[in-house]
Amino acid sequence: MSVRLTDGDRAYLAGDHGPSAQSAMRVVVRLADTMEAEGLLDITGAHIDSCLYHGPAVLDFADWLADGGARVAVPTTLNVSSLDLLHPDLYRGDPDWAVQARRLMERYEEMGCQPTWTCAPYQLDVRPSFGEQIAWAESNAIVFANSVLGARTHRYGDFIDICAAICGRAPAAGLHLEGNRRGTLLVRLEGLGDDLLDRDVLYPVLGHLVGQTAGHGVPVIDGLPPSVGEDRLKALGAAAASAGSVGLFHAVGSTPEAPTVEAAFQGVEPEVVVVVGTAELRAARDALSTTGDSRLGTVSLGTPHYSVAEISRLVELLDGRSVHPDVSFYVSTGRDVLAEVGLRGWEEPLRSAGVTFVTDTCTYITPILAETSRPAMTDSGKWAYYAPGNLGVEVVFGSVEDCVASAVAGEVVRDDGIWGDG
Amino acid sequence: MADRPRVLVAGTAAGEVLRLDEPLSFWGGVDPVTGRITDLRHPQVGQSVTGRILVMPFGRGSSGGSSVIAEGIRAGTAPSAILLLEPDEIVTVGAIVADELYGESMPVVVLAEDRHSLLRTGQQVTVAPDGSVVGT
Repeated sequence: MSVRLTDGDRAYLAGDHGPSAQSAMRVVVRLADTMEAEGLLDITGAHIDSCLYHGPAVLDFADWLADGGARVAVPTTLNVSSLDLLHPDLYRGDPDWAVQARRLMERYEEMGCQPTWTCAPYQLDVRPSFGEQIAWAESNAIVFANSVLGARTHRYGDFIDICAAICGRAPAAGLHLEGNRRGTLLVRLEGLGDDLLDRDVLYPVLGHLVGQTAGHGVPVIDGLPPSVGEDRLKALGAAAASAGSVGLFHAVGSTPEAPTVEAAFQGVEPEVVVVVGTAELRAARDALSTTGDSRLGTVSLGTPHYSVAEISRLVELLDGRSVHPDVSFYVSTGRDVLAEVGLRGWEEPLRSAGVTFVTDTCTYITPILAETSRPAMTDSGKWAYYAPGNLGVEVVFGSVEDCVASAVAGEVVRDDGIWGDG
Repeated sequence: MADRPRVLVAGTAAGEVLRLDEPLSFWGGVDPVTGRITDLRHPQVGQSVTGRILVMPFGRGSSGGSSVIAEGIRAGTAPSAILLLEPDEIVTVGAIVADELYGESMPVVVLAEDRHSLLRTGQQVTVAPDGSVVGT
């Protein structure tokens, strides 16, 4: 074992903080060793994905830690779970599975995690600052924290998230370190019209393309308008982290480590340059749909969880109209965001118009959809990527404008003019 | 150094190679109940990873992969080893936790490219604790 440990780390390994903390530290050190980390570093917060139920192993693991009295050492938020605790009737799955899923959620609360139940912890009131070292899981949250906030987390997954939170330590390796945050390939946008650059729908499509191109590298995107908003960067990152293993991207002129191309590459010449134009984006857009069927059973928005601004946009687009009676329309969001939406007086009108709000979970990870025989439409690159495999539903990707127009019409309506389609 | 296998999780395994043409996310990509690849966009959708020596460049996508790997190891539907071209923390943690919880060590090893590229679907191989891979 080559990882240099402090006396504090050794105390954990010796069991001075109890058997659970000892186990947690052993997992952190084993991972640090495989990452060839020189040591561990302090973290100031964690976000836990382990609270989603996948079968007995995840509950065995939570029991292993919680039974030994483990408590998180740093402020820790919880990702989506398998259940919507605010709207339990939405769950259509196996009741026994739900009992186990609920038990898992309780165990993480027992360990001192905050019951935030959102995949967009960066939309909570308190979020990490530039340069903060954190241990986040949930691929879209990781890429947002690194890219948009400039906080530093490696691409953590289930189990290691809670182990790091219990010890307050993470491997000093990967994306925690300045040198590993340097861009590895340049994605240069060329020949895109201003109307496309100004549309929300560009961003998940570009993210899908970037994820496929970059794999697990650090892509630097040049050619976007300056100061792209957070919701667009969120959509881009989520799609990139689904189609690839992107944990950090730089958008020149928008994200904090990329005021210029040179800064994003830390002064090194890009080794790989990929030019992206309308044709490549059209292909990526097409790859996000699995069917050309115009029947529509479902519209699902809010992957990652919709922000207040995105719900405001939905109110504007619906403009008093109602969803067609043959279409189920879901919006997934955090319970904190939904509370604010209620205070703004939007929740009841949207519900009356036929919108179902889903909190604490998401429509592609647990059985919520009323039916999957007719296609579902989404504005999310991530939902489009995973839902067909998870739910067995055909998916049509479109802009939020397309999704709303289709929901009202009761069939798929897409305006593809901005993509330069014939 | 570059030529020696890099052992992320040590163990022994024997089985038939399944070489994946593209990276795979275990979460949303493999059903831990059946061991089958469920990602409809993956070229090898429908194939079973159970008991196979899974050869792939690196993992992809979701954080939930560690849980799906650990659940597969618990349920007996996991690959018998995973041989990578580059380290992957999500795969590694799933295997570490299954080792800690159940004492089941599924080897996870990073191989040099010249070695990795020789492995073909259908070959029978063994994996040793030092990461060496030998045909049988």
